[in-house]
Amino acid sequence: MNAPAKAVSGVLHGAPIIKAVKEAGVSHVLSVPDLHTAGGLLTPIRSDPDFTLIRTCKEDETFGIAAGLTYGDKRALILIQYTGFLYSMNAIRAIACEHKQPMCMMIGLLSKEVGVAPQESKKFGLRIIEPILDVMGIERHYIDVDEDVAKIAPAIRRAYENSHPVAMLIGRQPI
Amino acid sequence: MMNRTKCLQMLAPHLTDEIVVATYSTASEWVEMSDRALNYYSFGAMGLASSHGIGLALARPERRVVVLDGDGSLLMNLGTLVTIAAAAPKNFTHIVWHNGSYEANGGHPLPNRDVDFTAMARGAGIANVRRIERMEDYEAQLPAILSEEGPVFVEMMIEQGPLGPRSYEDMYKAERRQRLREALRA
Repeated sequence: MNAPAKAVSGVLHGAPIIKAVKEAGVSHVLSVPDLHTAGGLLTPIRSDPDFTLIRTCKEDETFGIAAGLTYGDKRALILIQYTGFLYSMNAIRAIACEHKQPMCMMIGLLSKEVGVAPQESKKFGLRIIEPILDVMGIERHYIDVDEDVAKIAPAIRRAYENSHPVAMLIGRQPI
Repeated sequence: MMNRTKCLQMLAPHLTDEIVVATYSTASEWVEMSDRALNYYSFGAMGLASSHGIGLALARPERRVVVLDGDGSLLMNLGTLVTIAAAAPKNFTHIVWHNGSYEANGGHPLPNRDVDFTAMARGAGIANVRRIERMEDYEAQLPAILSEEGPVFVEMMIEQGPLGPRSYEDMYKAERRQRLREALRA
């Protein structure tokens, strides 16, 4: 499985992330607002005519909706906070892992210390995200600086072509 | 109180190209009664049937999506009513079988058997809601339930059906999911 993400320096902009998501053919964004990505991603997505934004009340709903969209050949991005990822564990277990649906998660690591790798964070909830993804066999990518954004579109395309889940962990708050 | 099996038997001949999303006890009955390519069983996580249905309805607006949900299942995902109201798919019918028990889990009662799902759906913002208690009313309203502009919400007051154990292995087979994909692409 993947090595733990490493700390690097730099900045992360929201615009290229959104561009990459579009390039991957995503038409629907499913989200419960996450303070970490609310300004840099969700706000511009909200007014972007290329996306249909579906707001849900709880994060596990997004996995059901994304699965239904998949059967109709629509691609979806699940934009949630790491706490919502943890809340959704049973839906991810069933839909993403056992039924092998292409669930594309963009997970905000809220309050992760800048310049600190997720597994070295002082916050317990952040340290466990990568190990949980690994034990579930879910492909993961760490998106912490602009240079990482190039991983996004290929990862989403691969997920849909091979019908498997992928998680993109947003390390620092996109601006 | 109505009988779910009879209600499903009455529903089956009304369906043509609708996608049916059935869950747990209802799914067990439905797959034996009406094994259609356009049946969707891809959940595996209790409570999310209506969420899958929203996705299908938004992706395929030309087809009616009929969700056959359970009362215990819906209670695990009540926020879905608000999500449905906001997404407002016009081709979406959400039927909830209300027998006051976790029938698939041994028949234990809901925390409150008398919970009013119709009021909850209305309060969530779904305008087209109805509660049905008699077979003759169900028979009379069935065409409207399947054709009116959605989202349509129906609370069906039923008696408890046969208790498990049930096996969902067959309905969760990858072949069934592939059959649905092919039917939707045809």
